[in-house]
Amino acid sequence: MEKRDIMGLTAVELGRKIKAGELTATQAVEASLEAISAREEAVKSFLAVDAAGALKRAGEVQARIDAGELTGPLAGVPMAVKDNMCTRGLLTTCASKILYNYIPTYTAEAVKRLEEAGAVLIGKTNMDEFAMGSTTETSAFGATKNPWNTGHVPGGSSGGSCAAVAAEEVPFALGSDTGGSIRQPSAFCGVTGIKPTYGTVSRYGLIAYGSSLDQIGPVARDVTDCAVILETIACHDEKDSTSLKREDTRFSRGLVDDVQGMRIGIPRDYLGEGLDPEVRAAVLSAAGVLKDKGAVLEEFDLGLTQYAIPAYYVAACAEASSNLARFDGVKYGYRAPEYEGLHHMYKKSRSQGFGAEVKRRIMLGSFVLSSGYYDAYYLKALRVKALIKQAFDKAFERFDVILGPAAPTTAPRLGESLANPLQMYLGDIYTVSVNLAGLPGISLPCGLSSQGLPIGLQMIGDCFREQTIIRAAYSFEQTRQYLHSPLAGEEERS
Amino acid sequence: MKNYETVIGLEVHVELATKTKIFCGCSTAFGAAPNTHTCPVCTGQPGALPVLNRQVVEYAVAVGLATNCEITRYSKFDRKNYFYPDNPQNYQISQLYLPICRNGYVEIETPEGAKRVRIHEIHMEEDAGKLIHDEWEDVSLVDYNRSGVPLIEIVSEPDMRTAQEVIAYLETLRQTIQYLGASDCKLNEGSMRADVNLSVREVGSTAFGTRTEMKNLNSFKAISHAIEGERARQIELLELGRRVVQETRRWDDNKETSHAMRSKEDAQDYRYFPEPDLAPLVVSQAWIQQIRSRQPELRPQKLLRYKREYDIPEYDARILTESKHMADLFEAAAGISGKPKKVSNWLMVETMRLLKEREMDPEEISFSPGHLAELIDLADAGIISGPVAKEVFEAVFDRDVSPAAYVEEQGLRTVNDEGALRACVEQVLEENPQSVADYRGGKAKALGFLVGQTMKALKGKADPGLVNRLLKEFLS
Repeated sequence: MEKRDIMGLTAVELGRKIKAGELTATQAVEASLEAISAREEAVKSFLAVDAAGALKRAGEVQARIDAGELTGPLAGVPMAVKDNMCTRGLLTTCASKILYNYIPTYTAEAVKRLEEAGAVLIGKTNMDEFAMGSTTETSAFGATKNPWNTGHVPGGSSGGSCAAVAAEEVPFALGSDTGGSIRQPSAFCGVTGIKPTYGTVSRYGLIAYGSSLDQIGPVARDVTDCAVILETIACHDEKDSTSLKREDTRFSRGLVDDVQGMRIGIPRDYLGEGLDPEVRAAVLSAAGVLKDKGAVLEEFDLGLTQYAIPAYYVAACAEASSNLARFDGVKYGYRAPEYEGLHHMYKKSRSQGFGAEVKRRIMLGSFVLSSGYYDAYYLKALRVKALIKQAFDKAFERFDVILGPAAPTTAPRLGESLANPLQMYLGDIYTVSVNLAGLPGISLPCGLSSQGLPIGLQMIGDCFREQTIIRAAYSFEQTRQYLHSPLAGEEERS
Repeated sequence: MKNYETVIGLEVHVELATKTKIFCGCSTAFGAAPNTHTCPVCTGQPGALPVLNRQVVEYAVAVGLATNCEITRYSKFDRKNYFYPDNPQNYQISQLYLPICRNGYVEIETPEGAKRVRIHEIHMEEDAGKLIHDEWEDVSLVDYNRSGVPLIEIVSEPDMRTAQEVIAYLETLRQTIQYLGASDCKLNEGSMRADVNLSVREVGSTAFGTRTEMKNLNSFKAISHAIEGERARQIELLELGRRVVQETRRWDDNKETSHAMRSKEDAQDYRYFPEPDLAPLVVSQAWIQQIRSRQPELRPQKLLRYKREYDIPEYDARILTESKHMADLFEAAAGISGKPKKVSNWLMVETMRLLKEREMDPEEISFSPGHLAELIDLADAGIISGPVAKEVFEAVFDRDVSPAAYVEEQGLRTVNDEGALRACVEQVLEENPQSVADYRGGKAKALGFLVGQTMKALKGKADPGLVNRLLKEFLS
């Protein structure tokens, strides 16, 4: 099998071929490394590639496959991991100068689960610094490019993971989603990503941004891959007190092409001002496809949408201001070379180590937690959060799935967004509510814009109803072809 | 000068006796090489998460129940944010909004009788690491072994009026917590730390004066002196027509004075908010019941029972129950020997003497109750004399030897062979003709000297009464 054909496969297809003995884990890893060396210069999705380690692990995994010890669907399949998840012995930077040299002593639980299932870690992907951003441009180590058009951003903050999958450098990757950081870049890169119900995947080893909102989730080429990956990483972990004991984690059971009678609600709030007409048309057309397959569509008013962004930024930044306090130059990471005394060392190390967007959010978060402002901002944001959850609860009394766009536009051009952070924050309008309410959401491709950029469809489920949105997404997916990004070299393939 | 009243409230930190830390599985053992009892959680590594140690909750609830607190059924943790290198995350996980215990009290004894000191709250939190300042190298090193060791903070209401009341309150807390086994409460080792909040006001006034907070108090003596000193300092300010400034002061034990650390104006804003990494703590009625049913007998109940069961004086009962370890030892030895009064005597006299001589705490007593019982039996059976018993007890106290074996090894049995005794007495009389003459001349005191000489010759291994009788026999 030609190496570039290997990279044309989905994770599950690749796993199946390895299991069947048609190719080996080592060949799969070599193909991935080759794709990376060919495309990385254009896409810059990786911060670290561990070629030697990956080849070594591939050999070990193959031996265990041959011995019949590893029989799962992801055994031998290469993967990439967002750089905010700890990987033992492998640089983990959160795309920040302040962690430029940080090598963890342990591996994040979600990554460990995949490694135990035989997936082979290839490298760590680029992201917005500490997952703060929507374009992957706030990375201290340079921006990732969109594989559909390298003049555009891949979205963020899991832009490196989504671009790596879209560029077919790896069949799948892990991302994290605090306010849309898996779903939005998946939409911009034409791939599929799931943000599971809060508490489904252990956060142990995920470097926290907004602890009460952060969830790890899969990014892959199709819904099947995402369901299988999520099934592998979902677990109750005693090391994470917010992880849930769930028994319904066989997400692949949702891979059924049937939406007959499924009640799908489309919030009018998600179709209003600011929504690009092409995105709107593509999303409504996708809804029409589901209707044709027997789903019952209804537009409704979700409400409170205008409060989601302020509530999200207050809550997430408050937690971030405390979560990022540990990066102080004392124990690990960057320390300013010259300083006089402790406080000066703190000040200089943090001023030099953090980028502008991170500093903005730390300041915002510190402010809203300050005495005298706590009630007016932080507590109010928590109340809004509770009200948003109630609004969703009410909606899910009537609907199985809530459908809408993942982002108001297609991927912006590089450099366009950072000039106006407030505008960038508003781009999170369709995704942040899902995190505030702790719900599962999936983003999958539903078309291309006239400019040839992918458009993403978002489906939101009630808590623990991943299987329902997987079913709806899978049913929609069956009606269309996967579109390879230009960078993946579709045109070269016969 | 006007008449002033001192108003004192205490914040007491107690290190809990759990084997592992509050939010990770690292050992809490004291004295290990620096940074060996650490992991990603207690060194603040990126991505690490806290998991609450159940035993910490049980100890906190046990202390709460023993101090008549309400247990908060739905409790939460909060983050207290401040930068300092001994605090690896630069926030401390503590409880601000919903502490585990609230509204309790303890009874203390004062010269005016029993008094209640109310407890505002008890909350759980993590300890910080230790900074070691290297003055030669001009650097500071951090040891995170103590980072994450569980603490409870017991906050009293401002109900105390004198240093004596403060000491009585601390003693009561210490005894109660030691009885519960929740901590060893050693002030000098820092497993119990007290911060004193103090203000003064004119007698009769109901409004509080401006208070200061005193830190770094490492002994009851320091606490007493600091209270006296701070009271005098505040009264002097008021008498001069000046104001007391609300501030935190640090006690210097060597200089026996305090100095201001920081005033209220530059007090830090800790930006408390609910800890998002921990789920709310729900304490069920059943769990509280379970903890309650495991509570040991506390000192007041023990005192009553001792008087009833053992028929020992109240004074003795008080001394014996001051330390739970001592009380346990007493009960065990009394149980084995069936002679509570004799056991009590050994503990009250010889044990206390040796503790003082060796500069030890009752907690450090290491001999087994069986050996004390054995010693009492040997003495009662006349196998060893009183003075020998004391000598044997010292060996029991120091090395927990078996008294019977020790007596045999050292040949300490009482000489009961009258023939041997007579021979010895005769020799002593021969060697001390002057004393013999004195006695015969009417100096009764000389007999004492001769008894002493005989006992000495026998290395104490004789019944002094018998020696006395034999001497009199010879001299008459």
